[in-house]
Amino acid sequence: MTTPTPQDLIIIGNGMVGHHLVEQLIERGATEQYRVTVFGEERHRAYDRVHLSEYFADGDAQSLAMCDADFYAQNGIELRLHEAVTALDRDQGEVVTDQGRYAYDRLVLATGSYPFVPPIPGNDRENCLVYRTLDDLDAIRAAAKTATTGVVVGGGLLGLEAANALRGLDLDTAVVEFAPRLMPMQVDTEGGELLREKIEALGVQVLTGRATRHIEDGTASFHRMVFQDDKILETDLVVFSAGIRPRDELARDAALEMGERGGVAIDERCLTSDPAILAIGEVALWQNSIFGLVAPGYQMAKAAADTLLGGELTFEGADMSTKLKLLGVDVGAIGDAHGNQNPGARMFRYLDEIKQEYRKLVVSSDGKKLLGAMLVGDNATYDTLMQYYSNGLELPEDPAALILPSSEGAPTLGADALPEGATICSCHNVTKGAICETIDAGAIDLGAVKAATKASTGCGGCAALLKSVVDHELEARGVEVDHSICEHFAHTRQELYSLVRVEGIKTFSELIEKHGSPQTQGLGSSSAPKLGCDICKPAVASILASCFNEPITDAAHIPLQDTNDTFMANMQKNGTYSVVPRIPGGEITPSKLRVLGEVGEKYGLYTKITGGQRVDLFGAHLEDLPDIWGELIDAGFETGHAYGKSLRTVKSCVGSTWCRYGVQDSVGMAIRLENRYKGLRSPHKIKFAVSGCTRECAEAQSKDIGVIATENGWNLYVCGNGGMRPRHGELFATDLDDDALISTIDRLLMFYVRTADRLQRTSVWRESLEGGLDYLKKVVLEDSLGINEELEAQMQTVISNYECEWAGALKDPEKLKRFRSFVNDARPDPDIIVTEERGQLRPA
Amino acid sequence: MTSATAKATPPTWQPLCATADLVAYSGVAAWIETPKGPAQVALFYIPCGPNTPRPAGPMTTGDASQATELYAVDHHDPFSDANVIARGIVGDIQGEPVVASPIYKQHFRLSDGQCLEDETVRLRCWPLRLENGQVLIATD
Repeated sequence: MTTPTPQDLIIIGNGMVGHHLVEQLIERGATEQYRVTVFGEERHRAYDRVHLSEYFADGDAQSLAMCDADFYAQNGIELRLHEAVTALDRDQGEVVTDQGRYAYDRLVLATGSYPFVPPIPGNDRENCLVYRTLDDLDAIRAAAKTATTGVVVGGGLLGLEAANALRGLDLDTAVVEFAPRLMPMQVDTEGGELLREKIEALGVQVLTGRATRHIEDGTASFHRMVFQDDKILETDLVVFSAGIRPRDELARDAALEMGERGGVAIDERCLTSDPAILAIGEVALWQNSIFGLVAPGYQMAKAAADTLLGGELTFEGADMSTKLKLLGVDVGAIGDAHGNQNPGARMFRYLDEIKQEYRKLVVSSDGKKLLGAMLVGDNATYDTLMQYYSNGLELPEDPAALILPSSEGAPTLGADALPEGATICSCHNVTKGAICETIDAGAIDLGAVKAATKASTGCGGCAALLKSVVDHELEARGVEVDHSICEHFAHTRQELYSLVRVEGIKTFSELIEKHGSPQTQGLGSSSAPKLGCDICKPAVASILASCFNEPITDAAHIPLQDTNDTFMANMQKNGTYSVVPRIPGGEITPSKLRVLGEVGEKYGLYTKITGGQRVDLFGAHLEDLPDIWGELIDAGFETGHAYGKSLRTVKSCVGSTWCRYGVQDSVGMAIRLENRYKGLRSPHKIKFAVSGCTRECAEAQSKDIGVIATENGWNLYVCGNGGMRPRHGELFATDLDDDALISTIDRLLMFYVRTADRLQRTSVWRESLEGGLDYLKKVVLEDSLGINEELEAQMQTVISNYECEWAGALKDPEKLKRFRSFVNDARPDPDIIVTEERGQLRPA
Repeated sequence: MTSATAKATPPTWQPLCATADLVAYSGVAAWIETPKGPAQVALFYIPCGPNTPRPAGPMTTGDASQATELYAVDHHDPFSDANVIARGIVGDIQGEPVVASPIYKQHFRLSDGQCLEDETVRLRCWPLRLENGQVLIATD
């Protein structure tokens, strides 16, 4: 038998959908059957167009890329970027570009769409732009440099995205919409009115029911827009974002069957009228519809891959339900949100003009099924409503309860009501049935289920639902969900934290006396004192320090600490310690650097530069620690808390002081932050970084707290992590001034200290927060829990009580007594043996 | 047998340190000379409140109003091969006093040195006694 010769498959278009097709083909091993060539008209390989506006926030095209630079080459696929296909020669089976002709056996059109520019005289003037590609964004940014005002023509989804981008460029922004309301596709008159109010409150001017007649030279500004009613609006910059049109010119010229208003007609297998040619994404017309969302495009890509491999998978249309956050305003539309596709449909509406929230349900005439829903101002109920809609669940007796405000918070659907086939996580397509299977296979907690199914590891929007399903299923199987921290306390860390705060408990013995688990047997007899253990003691020590910040070396606290906290140094594998003085922001004078060298030589220490921009001195004997620290403190050093669950370092790049690209003094800010939060004890270690510009040399997005300078201030990223499971920090707030940055970090960190689990980094904490990033923003930025004042005051207490633990210990002979290898003998531990390697000492 | 003779001999108590050198609810290390050679021991001190009944323990003070538990086990941690046990966290598990190794966190029962995670591992133990503010240890 001979292997069949591979066929030539050409994909025209390297957008999100075209890229998804390539991924599908690779995943299914189609590269053995096909030699794949991909043509992209843009300079960039496929990038995430949905999050295009983040390009202005980050300025980083790479972070939007859908894959690594060598992804195509590694999989044996030829990617020809910046090479536009100009014609299809169906007779020869070739595509034509300005660089040559390429033969195909099968061809996929994934050319996407282009922004529709209304035929208004003057629409081709300078600084009349569109919003679609990275190059478009560069053009907008360049034009914005000399502009103070900007207008977006189009008040739909993309228009509001574009308005957000203009606002981010500090332009006075207006939106002009032809329809009588914003987002006419997604919301009705009431919803549109509310949306307008919310967006106007952000300082964006909204003009609806306005048709532009022409654009001409302005007097005060560069352009003047003249409307049908002769009213005018002057602006320096115009961005058209009035809908999309399919990029179907290749197909039209090649005489493929087209829709009346454009689009390449496809069947359910994504085949065009020429069976050698397929079309997917926004260029494809299925049953007279173009789908302008990415999810249906992905479904088409899946079906197309299957068709190319001879399978039977079909595209059956797509649900256009959407959950959006535009200009910070929640908008959700599910199914038949307007109620105009189902005769006899009934509606429930709830409008709150104070909180500015609007919710509408469209239900079947018997009130039993949800046909659609509309949400403006608050998407909290979206997930529950989506479950009712997509799984066809029977509604509760009083469906209005689903949209009415409740003192208990938003109603959520009971986990038991969901059928096996209900999709819990749509990012990874995990059903309730799949979750039950992993539980039956031995997963006994939420973490195990997440690890096995990936559920809730995408957008995280389903975290609350997933938790309730897992808890419910575990309980149904007779598993008692135990949240006790250890045998000594039937409480979680969060509960212990509250007890300490509310009752003002200042010692471990008082806490275990009052709140220790009654089952604990104690020593020898039931009335003997309970000691705690190596789980609860350090956890309580950390809580006490977060609340009161008394020296951890005080007699009452000493027995609670891990050895590292007790001796204020990091124990290494041979029982010696490493010493890490604080070097705020990584800035150090030559003379202090010299002291580190001298101390290292004098005490025979191995020295290494850490990832946190400081110096680690290894191999210190217990009895040498006080002398070493005496010398360091005399030279002006402080403890670096490398041993504690506390703030470690604030890494920084050199910033505007030296760097020609820097826009802010990143070192100065890093030092200020490090000095502010040093000594803060927390559930786990905390790392910061500050970058002086968007080049991000300090790698702030991999830190718990990442700060990146902008022209106008600082962007704050939160809950990033390196380590075992890297996680990018998420953009939390933009263009903060120094004081706003600090008060935001104060609140966020204290909220973390209050609510995180024992040894839970901010990244895991953030992923476990019900409500996710939005919830965190509400608490920290909008004070939804009314605790911000308290959080800031508590942080101030910790900061005011800061004292270098080593300086304190050196003044107290009682505390220094512990720094002896033997209570009855002055000799050092004779079993510590070292050898030399690369000019330094290391354990033998 | 020689061991029979050894058993008959009363233990020799040698002074180790002052009670003031101990750290309540925590450990310190001491250097001892034994007939078999030098050894490093970890001393743990768990004072009880004045109203606590005398708990069962290897050794207590003669003063019932200051009921106290004292333990001496190997300072050497068999898992990391480093002398660190005295620097572990003291706690109780299922009612038994234990210390957790500061390196790899195994638990050792203070009363008999048994490792709770590995039944084949046990630390040596020494009897202790308190007398006139001094801690005495029996090294033979």
